Amino acid sequence: MRQYEKNGILSAKDLQIPSEKHLQKGVAILECVQEIPCNPCVESCPVHAISMKDINAPPVNDFEKCIGCTKCVGVCPGLAIFVVKVTGKKALVTLPYEFVPVPHGGDTVKALDRTGAVRCDALVKKVIKQGKTMVITIEIDSDLAMEIRNIRI
Amino acid sequence: MRIRSHPIIDFKKRKELPFSFEKKKIVGEDGDTIASALHAAGVRTLTTSLKFDSPRGFFCGIGKCSSCLMRVNGIPNVRTCIAPLKEGIIVEMQEKLASLPDAEFVGESKKTLTVDVLVVGAGPAGLCAALESATQGASVLLVDENQCVGGQLVKQTHKFFGSKQERAGTRGIDIAKELEIDVQKLQQERKIQVMTDATVIGYYESEKKHRFGVVQRCEYESTLYDVRADAAILACGAMENMLLFPGNDLPGVYGAGAVQTLMNVYGVKPGERVLMVGAGNVGLIVSYQLLQAGIAVDRVVEAAPVIGGYNVHAAKLRRCGVPIQTSHSIKEVCGDKKVEGAVVVRLDEHWKPIKDSEEYIKCDTICLAVGLTPSTRLLSQIGVQHEFIPEAGGYVALHDETMQTSVKGVYVAGDASGIEEASTAMIEGKIAGLAAAIQLGCSKNKKLLTHYREELSQLRAGPFGEKPRIAKQKIAKMEQKHHAPI
Repeated sequence: MRQYEKNGILSAKDLQIPSEKHLQKGVAILECVQEIPCNPCVESCPVHAISMKDINAPPVNDFEKCIGCTKCVGVCPGLAIFVVKVTGKKALVTLPYEFVPVPHGGDTVKALDRTGAVRCDALVKKVIKQGKTMVITIEIDSDLAMEIRNIRI
Repeated sequence: MRIRSHPIIDFKKRKELPFSFEKKKIVGEDGDTIASALHAAGVRTLTTSLKFDSPRGFFCGIGKCSSCLMRVNGIPNVRTCIAPLKEGIIVEMQEKLASLPDAEFVGESKKTLTVDVLVVGAGPAGLCAALESATQGASVLLVDENQCVGGQLVKQTHKFFGSKQERAGTRGIDIAKELEIDVQKLQQERKIQVMTDATVIGYYESEKKHRFGVVQRCEYESTLYDVRADAAILACGAMENMLLFPGNDLPGVYGAGAVQTLMNVYGVKPGERVLMVGAGNVGLIVSYQLLQAGIAVDRVVEAAPVIGGYNVHAAKLRRCGVPIQTSHSIKEVCGDKKVEGAVVVRLDEHWKPIKDSEEYIKCDTICLAVGLTPSTRLLSQIGVQHEFIPEAGGYVALHDETMQTSVKGVYVAGDASGIEEASTAMIEGKIAGLAAAIQLGCSKNKKLLTHYREELSQLRAGPFGEKPRIAKQKIAKMEQKHHAPI
């Protein structure tokens, strides 16, 4: 039994982790590891970086091809895609958000990890509306880039 | 208790509708049912139990349990959770066994309607069945108990999974709107008749066609229809399971789907702090939607050692700080006349409570997301062959791969044919609708039927499709043994 089946929390060993080079370019992390029948991310990718063997297979991101455009973030029905881009000591994390109120660019919000624990403050850099899903880019310290996955206002 | 600000749904202030409850004036809103208006006004006790006088409240929210029966304008046993609120009505709690009112029942005589296909239930399966049959040229009557079509889609604010071609990524509420528009088009072309706020009350003797009684309610007055159809597609859905524990009937213990209906359809908060029982997809999704409506979720408890729903749903909850406790269950609910808290307990590997592991939780709402049971009563009355199949959620009608039951011309689709997802229900509906049209000679498109069946097996191919896959295999096996169309 995998740990996430008990507690719902994915860890680095469950995920496809990009190299430093890829993180500097900015790539999508697909936090979708189970075989569920779903494929909108594949269809949304403009450079065909995301693929799956069949509709039930977990999606795989080709980090070489991925351009970190964030289109898949607001498309994923599971709200399970995050884009991480590291620049020196800072990192931009783009995440899906479906709560009110919606933050504005320039706001400072709390940054939460996969357990919901507040880990640091984050600066909201960009807010895009994709349907009813908000795609929000925050800036945090780069050492937390692979841990921060939510915000609280 | 009204939700005014929501990330997905625009809850506009609607027209106020004053009405009387127990001689007091209460103001509801246009679009409310009687029970949702009462709930918004803080009325939690709707009826009392027959034996012990225990207070009972809103439980299923879709007209399937009897927790909300009240007297409306003198008429007893009105299912207030689906009865639309009207201005000026008089709502009363009824004595245990309601007395037969003195009202006049002699109205217009029954009306006869003859159609090719009757579809019972306008949820995802029924809507798709009606659309498919009508598109192929059959005349269709679509009947549903609710005020609007859409079934349980109308409360699904999350984006659906599945294939992009089959509306994946679209929210359930938007799929309901799209299907409704498609139905309206065919209604204008007089290919589909839609009867909402109407109940199929029974199946009757007939020499040639299938014959059903349908009661349509309008302003609490009813019209009886004698419906004759060459084929009937029963997409009656399912109802939520109850769990046995002390206090399970207190007002404040709801089916998870009922809570979803209250908050996402009527914009009414079920409470302020919720304990969710069950970590399947329904429990996980409704928990997240509670958070979106501004309601706290204390935790999710799950008796099984693993989370049953998709990890992506569990992960969404966890990153909002909601704990999910596997191998945990609810032991009892505490409270005087309403839920004030609950005791949860840890379970050992044999699912037995571990001594001294009890923990008291303060909450005002318990949501039960412990599975569904197919609604098969009408199918049983028709005399369709049933079998108990645990993987399908209980007794289900045996059916062949075209969704036809053991009675020729009677089809089943969606949860009524075995508990599954809306995405597969829609395809099953299409299969039943098309197969009925082919049977009636309206279509010859067997290739399309094969295509739908392939789509269905694709959606069921993964590990999460295992249960329905096993259920359908068992059904197919037993059906071959029993099947003898008359």
